[in-house]
Amino acid sequence: MTTPLAEVATSNASLRAFLHGLPGVDRVGADARAAMLGTRSIKTTAKRQAIDLAVRMVDLTTLEGADTPGKVRAMCAKAVRPDPADPSVPSAAAVCVYPDLVATAVQALRGTDVKVASVATAFPSGRSSLEVKVAETRLAVAAGAAEVDMVIDRGAFLAGDYLKVFEEIAAVKAACGGAGENGEGGAHLKVILETGELATYDNVRRASWLAMIAGGDFIKTSTGKVSPAATLPVTLIMLEAVRDFARRTGRKIGVKPAGGIRTTKDAIKYLVLVNETAGPDWLTPDLFRLGASSLLNDLLMQRQKMATGRYAGPDYFTLD
Amino acid sequence: MFEYAPAPESRDIVDIRPSYGLFINGEWVESQGDERHKTINPATEEALAEISWASEADVDRAVQAARKAFTTWSALPGAERAKYIFRIARIIQERARELAVLESLDNGKPIRESRDVDLPLVAAHFFYYAGWADKLAYAGFGPRPANGQSGADPRPLGVAGQVIPWNFPLLMLAWKIAPALACGNTVVLKPAETTPLTALAFAEICRQADLPPGVVNIVTGAGATGAALVAHPGVDKVAFTGSTEVGRQIARNLAGTRKKLTLELGGKAANIVFEDAALDQAVEGIVNGIFFNQGHVCCAGSRLLVQESIAGELLDALKRRLATLRLGDPLDKNTDIGAINSAAQLAKIRELSAAGESEGAERWSPSCPLPDRGFWFPPTVFTGVAQSHRIAREEIFGPVLSVLTFRTPAEAVEKANNTPYGLSAGVWTEKGSLMLWTASRLRAGVVWSNTFNRFDPASPFGGYKESGYGREGGRHGLAAYLDWKLA
Amino acid sequence: MSERLAVRKTYKLFVGGAFPRSESGRSYVVTSAKGDFLANAARASRKDARDAVAAARKAFPGWSGATAYNRGQILYRVAEMLEGRRAQFVAEVVQADGVAAKKAGELVDAAVDRLVWYAGWSDKIGAVLGSANPVAGPYFNLSSPEPTGVVAVLAPPAAPLLGLVSVIAPVIVTGNTCVVVASERAPLPAITLAEVLATSDLPGGVVNVLTGFQAEIAPWLAGHMDVNAIDLTGAGPELAVTCEELAAENLKRVLRPPTAPIDWMAEPGIERMAAFLETKTVWHPIGT
Repeated sequence: MTTPLAEVATSNASLRAFLHGLPGVDRVGADARAAMLGTRSIKTTAKRQAIDLAVRMVDLTTLEGADTPGKVRAMCAKAVRPDPADPSVPSAAAVCVYPDLVATAVQALRGTDVKVASVATAFPSGRSSLEVKVAETRLAVAAGAAEVDMVIDRGAFLAGDYLKVFEEIAAVKAACGGAGENGEGGAHLKVILETGELATYDNVRRASWLAMIAGGDFIKTSTGKVSPAATLPVTLIMLEAVRDFARRTGRKIGVKPAGGIRTTKDAIKYLVLVNETAGPDWLTPDLFRLGASSLLNDLLMQRQKMATGRYAGPDYFTLD
Repeated sequence: MFEYAPAPESRDIVDIRPSYGLFINGEWVESQGDERHKTINPATEEALAEISWASEADVDRAVQAARKAFTTWSALPGAERAKYIFRIARIIQERARELAVLESLDNGKPIRESRDVDLPLVAAHFFYYAGWADKLAYAGFGPRPANGQSGADPRPLGVAGQVIPWNFPLLMLAWKIAPALACGNTVVLKPAETTPLTALAFAEICRQADLPPGVVNIVTGAGATGAALVAHPGVDKVAFTGSTEVGRQIARNLAGTRKKLTLELGGKAANIVFEDAALDQAVEGIVNGIFFNQGHVCCAGSRLLVQESIAGELLDALKRRLATLRLGDPLDKNTDIGAINSAAQLAKIRELSAAGESEGAERWSPSCPLPDRGFWFPPTVFTGVAQSHRIAREEIFGPVLSVLTFRTPAEAVEKANNTPYGLSAGVWTEKGSLMLWTASRLRAGVVWSNTFNRFDPASPFGGYKESGYGREGGRHGLAAYLDWKLA
Repeated sequence: MSERLAVRKTYKLFVGGAFPRSESGRSYVVTSAKGDFLANAARASRKDARDAVAAARKAFPGWSGATAYNRGQILYRVAEMLEGRRAQFVAEVVQADGVAAKKAGELVDAAVDRLVWYAGWSDKIGAVLGSANPVAGPYFNLSSPEPTGVVAVLAPPAAPLLGLVSVIAPVIVTGNTCVVVASERAPLPAITLAEVLATSDLPGGVVNVLTGFQAEIAPWLAGHMDVNAIDLTGAGPELAVTCEELAAENLKRVLRPPTAPIDWMAEPGIERMAAFLETKTVWHPIGT
């Protein structure tokens, strides 16, 4: 892997110097900016456009101990055709499952554009050896996962061992396969920062850069297992990071808020954030995803309301 | 591309009469003069209503009414005065949306600001000072308490003549009226001639609150009305917010009288960004500092002082950010920059901007189509500005930012203070000791560090030097309305 | 035995810590309350006023930047020095005011005590006039009083020592510097006080004393664009209006003359300090 920033990862000290040399983040100012963008009023044509875009950005997710092949197959059907009654509804971007259910999902989605994403690396805690994490990644990719959602070692990050975090991400990226300079051809790597455990916005900014320098294709807020999960200000910080990284390296990294996004109103706020922070280039499923499950039905209900003029009821949408 | 569809706030909520008289002694009365003028919507140039410009005789009637009401109002127990003011605060909250729309119509400011900034602050200001009305003995302005006793209530001054500007019409009204009433004074207030409508709506609110007649009187008009008000011998206290030039005249005219005077005047605030600043928030702070309310803000951060080592990076980020600003219909909920308040103000902004160009500064604006009708000026940044340029010294009162650079903290402070004004300043650094060092050396009444243009009724506001004297807000704001000379 | 001829003092101005003559070379006759010749005092010109303002401005950063504790110590030191010269001041007050020696002693004692009283305020006034403001948001918000800058002071014509001390001390204890126009009729205690100030660790320029005709000097100070405030306590009604009008040019803070005669013996309260303080409010976000 080569990026113009490769030299910063030669030692823990140089990584530290780089990450701590990034401009600080003032929490109150960032919160205020995110809140202000949250007041944007998206109506009529813009809302219609936003809803369809949001549907196309959804990583429909199930990450439960009780997941079964049946549950995953049902979710795949939902991802392909979210509203059986309305074929104009686009498909979701991907489904996101545990590694052992990748094969089931791949089979269910064969012949569609919906991708299969697998969490990996001892999700959600990440507390395992690098060997296990790499092996788990390889297995998921071998089972057909097109995308890997890894977790970083938050313990190492908080202990200041940035090099360890960097090397793990780089190793997992390598395990995703692909021969190209940035791993083209391999599985796309989403790096979960678990911002709820990083606690400060300065840490979120540093972890974002660390993940991008190490070769992540996406940076993702949360596992969904820690509260708080995705928030608007945290996503704002990450969007600033990908914006600045692209200006510096020419590479566009994606962003994925995950967890806690349940309503159309929430989803649209995120799209506004993308539009006015990273810019319209990021308004594509290739560069922005929403990790969610119940969100999809709310998007469908709002979509129907806009089409019919009547408020929709939940019994008219499938629960998968 | 994600285009936001128009999202206009409905104006049906406001009910504007075709014409307005004056609010004197709790009644709507016809002006005895014959001056009637239209107040217009600066975004469309549409006439909104016909306004009376009060004559000297009208002002006299209003002062007489206030004088008469003073006897009973000042004698009312503080707790009773408080309840009237609380009532006003509540009614403002109840009618907040209506008042926000009215403010945006008459003033041209974006509804997002009138709704999210002006109106909440207006209500909060009345709430804040309502609570003071029965606690004045604790404010520290009364006679010194005798042994073992609490102090007596400090006395009000009498009739307050108050003249306010057009940039925050209802908020400036609140800043003037709330402390005056809490302290037991009565009021004759003159709103600006281009933005009288919310003050007239406030007159209705006084009636809804059953405020005793004459406690608040609203006389609309222009400079002559204001001059008659501050010169009236029945006025005991003058409070003025507006230009330094008019403030100077008032100060001169009040020489030799016993009228107490507070002035909140112009500014040319420096917004200092050090190289270690939180850049993204600094950019937001710069934007909020100068483009909030179209830059029609006396404390606007109109001079950006950026450390030379990060000037390029910061300006790139700022320009990128400015390209996302949305200029247009003030009633659209997504509008960031509304209309310039008047043709006269637009002409002044244009004149000073032209001067900036001819003096050699480099002018930049994002691509920003302006509506055909109404008064508009695009967000504008001047780089390569020297301290000697007019745009670095004179208050533009518009969406125009002058960018200067500095090398060391001492140079930043020296340049920041190198102005006859001293209202506000901004400091951006992640280093606490540098922030405090800088803040302690800035000759300005309000220093925003790592933020800008924040206001709160509990926080005193007012300037050093030619930015005026006296403070509004907080315990300090009571001083202007109490007779607290210790005999 | 012949009586020894006394060595008289030359009464000069006090500017920037030095005792210059008026640049104009003028002086005027100062007499005692009984009309006896006392001295030819310097008659300051507008240029002397200008120089005094420059000296006060130069001294401002250092004096306002000194710790409050330090300023309090220096004011206390002034009181010590004044006490040490008690006899001299009593004599001067007797001559100037025509009061009995006992009364003059009380006035000098009160002046000493006044200085001690104000000295103690240096590090307390901030706590009384400042505030931590509970704003509705995640911000630390603190208001503190700061000195206004250079203050012109027209000292009261009567009470040439106690009145003088009572107008100077509240101005400087908070960090302002000043140019004082001494009592026109009785300027000599002011110059003797200057000698006390000059030997009290008070930095040069913090207090500058001009003697001469108030009506001649005061308008130049009132109109001076580098003077931030003016105390008109000693101004007659006409001069007060003129000065207040001139003061408007740069929005000077104006302390108007009193409506009733001031009882200089009474405890003064904080009004005189408050008149020459600005409130600075600093905001800072609170966050992680």
